[in-house]
Amino acid sequence: MPILFRKSRRDFLKVSTAAGGGLALQFMIPARAIAAGAVAKGPELTAWLVVNPDNSVVIRVARSEMGQGSSTGLAMLVAEELECDWTKVRTEFVSTAEHVRRNRVWGSMATGGSRSIRDSQEYLRQAGAAAREMLVAAAAQRWKVPASECDAENGVITHTLSLRKLRFGQVALAASKLEPPKDVKLKDPKAWNLIGKPARRLDIPDKVRGKPLFGIDVQQPGMAYAAIAQCPVFRGKLATVAGERIKGMRGLIKVVQLEDAVAVVADNWWRADRMLKLLPIEWDVGPNGGASTESIREFVRFGLEDSSVPVARDDGNVEAAFAQAAKLIESEYYAPFLNHAPLEPMNCTALVKGDRVEVWAPTQNAEATHAAAAATAGVPLENVEVHLTHLGGGFGRRGFQDYTRQAVSIAKAVEGRPVKLLWSREEDMQHDYYRPMTLMRFKAALDSSGKLTAWRVRDASHSIMAGVRPQEIKEGIDRHALGGIVDMPYEVPNLRIEFAMRNSHVPVGFMRTVFHSQNPFMRECFVDEMASAAGKDPYEFRRALLQGRPKDLGVLDAAARVSGWGSPLPAGVHRGIAVQDSHGSYAGAVFEVSVSAAGELDIRRVVVAVDPGYVVNPDSAEAQVQSCVAYGLTSVLWGEITLREGRVEQSNFHDYRLMRIAEMPKRIEAVLVPSGGFWGGMGETPLAPLAPALANAIFAATGKRIRSLPLKNQGLRLA
Amino acid sequence: MIELTVNGRKHSVDVEPEMPLLWVLRDVLDVKGPKFGCGIAQCGACTVHLNGEPVRSCSVPVSAAANQKVLTIEGLAQRGQLHPVQKAWIDHEVPQCGYCQSGQIMAAVALLAKNRDPSDKDIDAAMTNICRCGTYARIRTAIHAAAKTLKSTKA
Repeated sequence: MPILFRKSRRDFLKVSTAAGGGLALQFMIPARAIAAGAVAKGPELTAWLVVNPDNSVVIRVARSEMGQGSSTGLAMLVAEELECDWTKVRTEFVSTAEHVRRNRVWGSMATGGSRSIRDSQEYLRQAGAAAREMLVAAAAQRWKVPASECDAENGVITHTLSLRKLRFGQVALAASKLEPPKDVKLKDPKAWNLIGKPARRLDIPDKVRGKPLFGIDVQQPGMAYAAIAQCPVFRGKLATVAGERIKGMRGLIKVVQLEDAVAVVADNWWRADRMLKLLPIEWDVGPNGGASTESIREFVRFGLEDSSVPVARDDGNVEAAFAQAAKLIESEYYAPFLNHAPLEPMNCTALVKGDRVEVWAPTQNAEATHAAAAATAGVPLENVEVHLTHLGGGFGRRGFQDYTRQAVSIAKAVEGRPVKLLWSREEDMQHDYYRPMTLMRFKAALDSSGKLTAWRVRDASHSIMAGVRPQEIKEGIDRHALGGIVDMPYEVPNLRIEFAMRNSHVPVGFMRTVFHSQNPFMRECFVDEMASAAGKDPYEFRRALLQGRPKDLGVLDAAARVSGWGSPLPAGVHRGIAVQDSHGSYAGAVFEVSVSAAGELDIRRVVVAVDPGYVVNPDSAEAQVQSCVAYGLTSVLWGEITLREGRVEQSNFHDYRLMRIAEMPKRIEAVLVPSGGFWGGMGETPLAPLAPALANAIFAATGKRIRSLPLKNQGLRLA
Repeated sequence: MIELTVNGRKHSVDVEPEMPLLWVLRDVLDVKGPKFGCGIAQCGACTVHLNGEPVRSCSVPVSAAANQKVLTIEGLAQRGQLHPVQKAWIDHEVPQCGYCQSGQIMAAVALLAKNRDPSDKDIDAAMTNICRCGTYARIRTAIHAAAKTLKSTKA
């Protein structure tokens, strides 16, 4: 699988052509062979790092590691400026109690929206640079020479005139007593030694040894285990539970009633779960017990028909342009609810002791976990400690704190005893904050030359913001839900965008790439429809509309160029293309597919070009492209959460299918084209153009438009 | 009392015979490498070897492991030396979140024990474990690489 890494506009550097992925090993920056648990014994130089007497450096990580590799990338940013020996770098997660005591010294701990690197790169590089200056100053003081005569490299400070040397560890204590410099100068990107070169991830050695890194692995003395059943209809309540049914059973510690759930606490999780299943529970399901996928879809779809909805954007005059059109096109698109399905089910361990709370949580936002724990226990923030663990996947699910509140509530009921709450897969499937169901209707006008003159969008969708940050909804318009639509890159003289917020009883949330996982599917498929109606090549049609957008054009061109767009293909093989910017980065994709008469889809090649501005670790960036392909195609091929009688019908992986190795396209090409000058995300953007590029390739192969997902409902299955 | 050998050590556990092996390992014996993902033998995160055969330990009652040998990821390294499959996983930077990887590695070790030179099709058939992060391309590369290493060391 080639990974193409372009340093300058015209110069593609092919760093590997290994057949199945992975960078050629000789290019990798090595890491310590055994990344044992970080031990910070030495002095702290800025809040972000500790230099130990043995010259090893512990870099602190405030964002969650859920597989995206940012705990290594963040450390690279610090180390780049610190000029330490990278092979001696280890990381540790920061403590939230310290964070509160030290007035939020580590900034945001939120890990979502592909923000870990781009939002913290500046202060992390500054922290590394400040620490380097302190170390150099301490060495200069010892030698009684000006600091300007000294240099730091690979963990060693050299007095350039006398060639005397001191290692970081020898001056760290003295350096820690100095005042950190106020202004530091950061390196020019051309001088970077670490950033932009593939580095070995620091977390991998522990992960291949099966070390207990995850929330589910937390073990505390005297710990109890809790299993939970939540009201199967969202927003319903617990009516009654006949606890006597399991009285006296082996291992039972307690039955805990919550407002909308029942938990059984036992001496191991299997017993807790088994007893829970025996409990007769009556639910008060509330007014939503009759809702189904069809009724919700009709409810959301009313937003397409509603005569008065707010207008988010109104450039020119679409109606006048429609009246003069040579050709009009109209289409309606649909995207279903989706479940995040991280492989580690929701879990949280909590200990409530008097007015103190301790929590161990796989969370995407440790500060939010900290606040939720404090609020649930009714104690001040100062009385709480959250221990960060690795996450067995997150994908946006673990930013929500429902499981934290439950764990703390249960821990209160067995005060003084740590309790690990673990959801079954069935609970996880049926109690998510789902990718929102969205419908869109488009109408567009072409003039006699095939040029796009007007475009009207009516978006009817659930709103995530309505639940999490309602203040961001202005006059009924949720611009977040309109991502990729209200800010589309195309130049359209007459453009009108209308938004109908349609929130059913189903909780919705941020799922990898968020609205950019469904909105670009709709928009980019419709652009393909326009190109067909105009009799133009879909790539050239997009190019003409992107003349004012060099970055979007850059990734579109890169994907087209690497895929050989326009060059002949074997009989029956067809291409599709799409482009989308999101999360601060730009991505373009080309699919090559064939489709048999029986609807067997063969995905023969996937090319994804990404411009995230700067790439910190190209190996992790390539992994994120592969990850987006697996995650995105899983949704496109099979993904849908359906409801009946107010509750989710799917329960486990037998009816919510996830991609396996046999189904992963064998030829995926990650084309990294970092153009520099900005810092974009990498974990979500590559997913955005996948669904439309695939659907457009299917159209090219079959003449059939895909306007509704998943593909399994469109008579298509993998060959 | 049920007796079983886990990673070469004998254990005696006082549990219900129908308790799944996974939960005996995790909650009774504190062997946390095998993971819980689905509970219905779909995802394979709980894969361990029972007398050398890969099994989904969430769906194997501990009674079936009585007086048998269980091998988990924790017991794979020999005298401090990682198994060639683990080494290949490091060389090719396979894991992302890492949650499924204990199971993936145990499945790959079992595959290579039976088939010293698996084709892509053999890998597709044997490796049915789910990786939600989508590390599949690198898993495939790492299995081929480990197969080469095993061949050269045994030859």
